[in-house]
Order: sequence, then structure tokens, then C-alpha cells
Amino acid sequence: MNRAVRLRRLLAASALLTVLGPAVGRGADAAEFSTALIPAGTYTPLLRSVKDAPAVSVAAFRLDVRPVTNAEFLEFVRAHPKWRRSQVSPLFADAHYLSHWAGDLELGPRALPDAPVVRVSWFAARAYAAAQGKRLPSTAEWELAAAAGYTRPDGRNDEALNRDLYAWIARPTPEIVPSVSGAKPNFHGVRGLHGLVWEWVEDFNTAMVTGESRGDAGLDRDLFCGAAAAGAKETNDYAAYMRVALRSSLKAVNTTSSLGFRCAQDLP
Amino acid sequence: MKTHPRHLLPAASAALVLAAVLCPTALLRASEGPTEAKGPVLLPPAVAALPVEQAILTAPPHVPPSIKRKHAARVVVNLEVREVVMKIADNSEYTFWTYGGTVPGSFIRIREGDVVEFHLNNHPSSKVPHNIDLHAVTGPGGGAASTFTAPGHSSQFTFRALNAGLYVYHCATAPVPMHIGNGMYGLILVEPKDGLPPVDKEFYVMQGDFYTTGGYGEPGLQSFDTPKSIDERPTYVLFNGAVGSLVGDKALTARVGETVRLYVGNGGPNLVSSFHVIGEIFDKVWTEGGTRFAQENVQTTLIPAGGSAIVDFRVDVPGTYVLVDHSLSRAFNKGALGMLKATGAEDRVIYSGKEIDAVYFGAQAEEGSEAARREAELKAKIDAEMRANPAIADLTLGVQLQRGKQVYMQTCFACHLPDGKGIPAVFPPLAGSDYLLADRERAIRTVIKGLSGPITVNGATYNNVMTPLGDVLNDQQVADVLTYVYNSWGNKGDAFTADQVKAVRSQRN
Repeated sequence: MNRAVRLRRLLAASALLTVLGPAVGRGADAAEFSTALIPAGTYTPLLRSVKDAPAVSVAAFRLDVRPVTNAEFLEFVRAHPKWRRSQVSPLFADAHYLSHWAGDLELGPRALPDAPVVRVSWFAARAYAAAQGKRLPSTAEWELAAAAGYTRPDGRNDEALNRDLYAWIARPTPEIVPSVSGAKPNFHGVRGLHGLVWEWVEDFNTAMVTGESRGDAGLDRDLFCGAAAAGAKETNDYAAYMRVALRSSLKAVNTTSSLGFRCAQDLP
Repeated sequence: MKTHPRHLLPAASAALVLAAVLCPTALLRASEGPTEAKGPVLLPPAVAALPVEQAILTAPPHVPPSIKRKHAARVVVNLEVREVVMKIADNSEYTFWTYGGTVPGSFIRIREGDVVEFHLNNHPSSKVPHNIDLHAVTGPGGGAASTFTAPGHSSQFTFRALNAGLYVYHCATAPVPMHIGNGMYGLILVEPKDGLPPVDKEFYVMQGDFYTTGGYGEPGLQSFDTPKSIDERPTYVLFNGAVGSLVGDKALTARVGETVRLYVGNGGPNLVSSFHVIGEIFDKVWTEGGTRFAQENVQTTLIPAGGSAIVDFRVDVPGTYVLVDHSLSRAFNKGALGMLKATGAEDRVIYSGKEIDAVYFGAQAEEGSEAARREAELKAKIDAEMRANPAIADLTLGVQLQRGKQVYMQTCFACHLPDGKGIPAVFPPLAGSDYLLADRERAIRTVIKGLSGPITVNGATYNNVMTPLGDVLNDQQVADVLTYVYNSWGNKGDAFTADQVKAVRSQRN
């Protein structure tokens, strides 16, 4: 399948979602406070084939300073009945969708209002973003923003950040996801990119639009070379591997108990 | 969305990413593509007609009962992946990633030729996706790509157990060393069609290395330490996932007279195990988990990371047998220690236990004391026995000749030459030397104290100087070299002893 066809399919999917209703209005002032400017930069993919560029340049964009909360998502499903737990199409969300909520329009004790919403599908996350006049960040954008440390733009050797990140990985998913307020802001002022929940990205898994497997068999050599070409620094970043693994394991309808999302916007 | 289309990776990269995520096996054999479900396999009638049974899975150290049926079956295996906090040491906890809630994971037992319908269920509370690479599977990734499963999902695939043997299974999701380092491994036994020889007791033991941010035994919930893992510097090396998992009332048990079989695996991710049971000898070892017992009477068997071994031994003597990785710092400092407690009647001929406890002074014993007398008596007895036993005497002479030759070739050969013939009119010969062989004591004295002035050897006169070697050679070396000289190039004579040399050395002149 060529790139154009895949792109068309994605666009078709997004068109389907954007017709679902008008954007829930939010003041421009609020946007200033709830989003952070991520300056232009480059992102080095963890894994790439020899044909791919070693680094991807990313234009400046705005990113929500925290993941979307249960309260915000509740507001969204109130306005968009199609995304309520009992009414969502199984084509767009699996059986675990919002299953920790007490009801269609009731959060209940296992979903704190200011905790990140989890158990949402990529389709649902995308619909929410569209309703806000926003979009999901791309992998490159998300990783660029998340590459910052607590105090420096490059967080690779930020010991405190790495300690927090691996400590989070070392703990099982809590029964009740904690509030976003506990998450420490990074250099860009963005909270909870690490150590709160995993997050959806727009291009989370291009495998979902890949053809059948035999068509990819010829790529083995690229893979091998590509993997070999990856610098040693990359293979040390186990957390990055885990994010890639998680994204690759997902289908757009999937939901998990530790997967939420946040929105991004282009600069005006 | 200006930046957007740029980040849509080409399909090439998509396959790459997936395959690399399933490394390392899939890295090398990546022909199986993404996780798209293909639907259930259409079984041929002969296979579809096989009886269906649910696999019995057991937690370590237990092993499912041996398979009695004499035909293939369709076996359904349901394995659940759970990320759980458990004790790694007394006050120390760790979030283990498990197959079936234990480390190692559930023991799976099937029979060669069985068709296995495998379900991998990733618990909804899991943080990350997992999969399984069963070394018993013939096919790309050993099932890894087919079982790549997001949290709260379940994957199914089918394989036929073509090869019998004891196989490791493990998670192959990137970063693989972390998934394995968190405990994601276990054993699957594919019994040969004719089964294994019957035994009385079977146990499941599996070694693994663990990398925690805190040191050994440090209290609290520990995190995975990536640099330690990459440098292969484990904090813990454990049998069955925890310090003391096979100790005290959790020890393996057997009775004297019983035959015990251990299915031993090594999950790694990094270390190779020198598996040893202190005080036992493995009667049979199926090395590397293969189907022929390749060796009998083994003390220590090497178990590679991602490999296994089957060991059988009969318990003959009651007591506690300690299982170790004989790379002993791992046993002493990192937890690689288990126990097998055997009860039953003693057989003091096989093993007496401590018979006598007496004070021992060795060479420190005061002259004339009771201890020194006993020491001398014992030594005389040993000497007499060794002399009386021609086998030992020969052996001793052979060893002494070897050592003596070394001394000769360093110290004597320059003058007397390697063939002992000397140099006419300058250095006398040793080969067939009447002067040498006539007086053993003089020979010793000559070596120790040297010699100068004219002597007659085999009718020829030599007038030269031999340097004293008493400070260069110790008593044993003098005895050795003379023994060599007296038994080379046609010479024949008794061996010299260090005591004889000592006696000459102590003479006044």
C-alpha cells in the first residue's frame, strides 16, 4: 500500500470523527495557560531503516501542559452522546472503554475528576481533540517535548527524571490513577509526560495501515542494517523502547488502564 | 497540521519498528510481519479429530504429572501475564512481570507431536505489552510476533511440538533484557513419544539474574536498573525468583532411596549457570535439555542463558543438599542458593559423618610432644604403605623423575650436557659414572657443597670446580635431581628422599 492510500485512509477516519459535533468552546486565555510552547527541534527516531533520515525536524507547536482529565472527558461525552460508554460503536472503542467510570455520565470513586482519563481509544482521543479544535501530537512532537528534563531542554542525563521514570515503570498500574497535579513540570512546563500514564500519539502505529506480512519480508535487511546503525545511546533508552513497544502493540480501538492522551495545536 | 504527514512513517519503517520491538529473535528472523490476526488455522481432519485437553500448569517448584497417553492430542494452554509486586528478598520488593503470577512462570508439559492451541492473556492492569517466544516452537520468533499482546488483550496461536526436549520460554518484547530481567521466563517440557525414565520426585528450578537500583537486600520497592543490566552486574542471582525461595520449609524434599529429577532452566537474561548440588552427584544429565542423557556422574552442569538441563540423582544419604550456581559469589552474595532436604535412615558406610575431632598441630607440634609423636607415626605409616604399594611407589618415582628432569635442565645440563655425557677432560660424565654411582651420600654432598680438585671418573682425570647448589636448591629438589640422574641414560638406582638430603646438609663439614 502506498503512502497516499494510507494517508487517505487516515484522513477518512478523521473526517468521520470530526463530523460528530461542534467544538466545545474554550477561552483563548485558558489556552494560553493550559498549553505550553514547544520550540522547533529535531527528533531522532529510536528505530529506523537505512532509508529514513536519521533525524526528523519538528516545527514549533503548542502542547497541553497536562493529559486530558476525567472531568474534561466527561464534559466531552456529555456533549457527544456517541462517545458515551454505552453508546460507543465497537468499531471505535473496545470493551474496556471507560470501564472504570461508574456510569455513562458518572465518574465514581475509581476515576478522580482531575486524574488523567484512561481506557480511551485512539479514535475517542482524536474525536476529543477535534472537538477542542486541536489534534493529537505526532510521535516526533511528543518525543521532542518529552526529551526535556526537569530543568534542562535535554533530559537524557537528568538523573532525577530517569529515577522517577523508572520508579514509575517499576510500579504496577494503580487501581486509581492519581491526579495530574502531582506530576512535576518539565523544562517546557509540561507535566506528566513521564511517570503518570502512557499517551496516545497521532501516528502511534503505522503498522495498522501496513499490508499483509509477506509484502514486508523484503525489508528484513533494512531492518537489520537499520538496527545496527542505531547508536548505542539509543539502545540504552529502555523507556523509549517501552513506548515504541506499547504503541506497536495497540490498535486504534484499544484501551488500557494506563493509557491516556493530551492534545496539541499548530501555532497560529 | 503542517508537520503531520512527515511523521507518517513509510510501511518499511512500520514493519521495522514492530520487528525490532520483538527482538532479539525477531530481529534475526523478522519474516513474520505485524500482528494482524489471520483467523484460526484450518486443521486437517486427522488433527481436528485428536482429543482435546486443557494443559495442567503448575507453579514452581512443582511439575505437572507425567503424560500417560500414547498418542498425540490437541492441548489448550492458557497463560496469563501479570505484573505483580512480590518479595525479592526479606524486606525488599520488586515488581515482577510474570507468566501465571510466579517467577519462573508456570511449568507447561506436553508430548512430542501434540498440537498446541496457545492463548496468551495480558492482564488489563498491565502497563506494557508482552509476548512469548517458546523455544519449543518451530517458526519465526517462536510465537513472539503472533502473541504480541497489548494490556487487557489476548492472543491465540497454534503450533505443533515437532521436537521433544526441555525448552525455555520467555518474553521477547523490547527492551527484552528488562522483560526477562523482570522474571518473564519459564519451562515447557515436550516429553519424547516414549516418555522419560520414571522417577520418584520431580521438581522445577529456574535461575535468573536481577538488576535493582538498591543493593542486595536493600529494603523497599526496588526499580529495575538499566545500566546494571547493560553491564551485566546483577544485584541478585536467584533460583525461583526470590532469596530463600527454596530454603527452610520451602526446601525441596525427598526420602532416602528415592530418585529425584530436577528440571533446571536458566532464564538469564545474561548469566550462564554452573549448576551444582553440594554433596550430590548427578547420576544422569540430559545436557542442554536435549533428549539423550549425554553424561553420567556429573558434578556441575553448565546451563546457558535461555537453556536448560534435566538432572537425575538417587538420594542415598539423609541431610540437606544445597543447590548453587558454583560461580560462588552468586551463591554467597547474590542469593543463588536452594535446598533439598532428604530424610531417611543413615548409611554410615556411604557417608559416616564426622568420626573424630582431634587437635592438630601440623609442623608446629612441639618436639617430643604427644602430637608430634602421633604425627611422626602417621607419616612413617604412610611412607611404609606407599613403599609397599608398587603402584604408588612407581607413581611417586615418576613424579619425582619429572621434577628432577626440570631441575637438571635448568641447573646441571650446561656442564654435564642434556645426555649426561659431560665434556671430555673438562666436565665429567654422569651417564654410567662409576664415581657418581659408588657413593650416594657423596653425590648428595657434591650437589649441596660443590667439589673442587682432581677426581677420577671412569679412568679419566678431571680437575675442575663444581659450584655448591645448596642455597639454590631445596632438599626436595636435590633429591629429585639426583633421583633423575640416578635413573637416566642407563643409570639405575633407588630414589633419593628429602630426608636423606637434609641429613647430609646437617653434617658438620
